[in-house]
Amino acid sequence: MDRIPILKLGAALLVTIQVDMHDGLAMALEQDLTTRIVDNGTKGVLIDISALEIVDSFIGRTLANIAMIARVLDADTVVVGMRPAVAITLVELGLSLPGVRTALNAERGMAMIKHRIEREDLAATDEDEGGS
Amino acid sequence: MAKPSASRLPTILSESANHIYSEWSAELQGNPDHRLPAAELETQCRNIVTRLAQACRDGNVSDIDAASFIPLRDVLADVSRTRALQGFSSTETATFLLSLKQPLFERLRAVLAAEPARLATETLVASQLIDALGLFMMETYQHAREEVIIRQQTEISELSTPVVKLWQGILALPLIGTLDSARTQVVMENLLDSIVRYEADIAIIDITGVPTVDTLVAQHLLKTVAAARLMGADCIISGIRPQIAQTMVHLGVELNVISKANLSDAFALALRRLGKVVVNQRRGLPTDPV
Repeated sequence: MDRIPILKLGAALLVTIQVDMHDGLAMALEQDLTTRIVDNGTKGVLIDISALEIVDSFIGRTLANIAMIARVLDADTVVVGMRPAVAITLVELGLSLPGVRTALNAERGMAMIKHRIEREDLAATDEDEGGS
Repeated sequence: MAKPSASRLPTILSESANHIYSEWSAELQGNPDHRLPAAELETQCRNIVTRLAQACRDGNVSDIDAASFIPLRDVLADVSRTRALQGFSSTETATFLLSLKQPLFERLRAVLAAEPARLATETLVASQLIDALGLFMMETYQHAREEVIIRQQTEISELSTPVVKLWQGILALPLIGTLDSARTQVVMENLLDSIVRYEADIAIIDITGVPTVDTLVAQHLLKTVAAARLMGADCIISGIRPQIAQTMVHLGVELNVISKANLSDAFALALRRLGKVVVNQRRGLPTDPV
C-alpha cells in the first residue's frame, strides 16, 4: 500500500502530501505519524498540503484528529500551504479545524515550530538553573 | 373574432402601406425626441409598416407567433431593446407602437366608408393585432431592462470587493454594501487569492460600508475569517459603527474574532503584531510608539 513519507527534521516531523488523499492513505498517515511522534520525541509536526487540490470531510477530520493526537503527545501541528479553494470547502463543510495551527507556507510554519522549541528549551534551562 | 380569410386588413395594409407609413411618420415627427434622430425613427416606422404588411399577406391577422410574423417581431424586439438601453420609459416605448393605430384606423375608415359593419369588424381586428404586438414589445423591453440590471449586479459585485495592500504582509478589505451569500463567495475568493499573492500575515476586514449586520451577515464574516485562518492568516474586523454594535448585541450575534472600532486601530494592531513600530521623527517631540 502507498505511504506518505514522513521526514525527520531535528525535533520536527515534515509531511508533504503530494498526491490526492484517499481514506486509506489518510488513516495510514495518522497511524504512522502517531508512532513517529512517540519514537522521535517530536515537538512539532509540519503538514504541507500545498499540492492538495481536493479535500472531503473525511480528510478534513483526519487533519483535525492528527492535530489532536499530536497535542496529546505534546507536539504542535502546523498545517501549511492550504489552497484558497480547499479553505473555502473546509469552511463550507463546517470544518474550521480548531486547534490546528496554520501558516501560509512551509518556511513560516517551520519558523513557528522552531520558535516553540526554542521557547521550551529556554524554559527548561531556566528551570534547571532555578533548581541548582 | 373575424375569420382570417374574411378580413380585408391584409389587402388594405399592402395596398396603402406607403400611405400609412408617411402619415404615422409625420405624426411622430410632430413631437420629436432628442434621444432619437428623425432619420432613425423614420427607418423604424418604414420597417415596421412594410413588415406588418408582409406578415399579414397570407391572411393571418391574429396569431403573432406564426412564422410569417418573425421578421416583424425581430424589428420590434430590436426597437424595444434599443429604447430600453437608451433610457426610454415603458410607456414611451409602448406609445410608439400604439400610435400606429391612428393612421391605420383612418385609412380603414377611408377605404371602408361605405360599409360601416365591415369597418367596425376590421377596426377590432386591427386593434387586437396592434395590442398583441404592443404587448410583445413590452415583454422584450422588460427582458432588456432585466439584462441591464443583471449585468450591473455582476459589475457591482466585482467592483466593490477590492483587496488593498497596506503594508508588507498586511491586507485590507474594505467592504461596501450588503453582504449576501453570492457576494461573500466573491469576497472570500478575492481575499484568499490575495493572501496567497501578497503572502499576507494579517487581513483587516473593514465593514464601515456595510449598512446592517444581522445573523446571516455575521455568519458570512465568520466564514471568511475561518477560511483565512486555515490559510495561515489572521483576520481583524474593523469599522463596526455604534448602531451596528448595538444591533449585534441585541440580536445576540457573536463575532468571536478580534475587532477594532476603526481601521487605524486595526492597522496599528497589525503593525504591532508584525513587530513594526511607528515613531515620530520630528525633534523636540517625544516619540510615541503605536
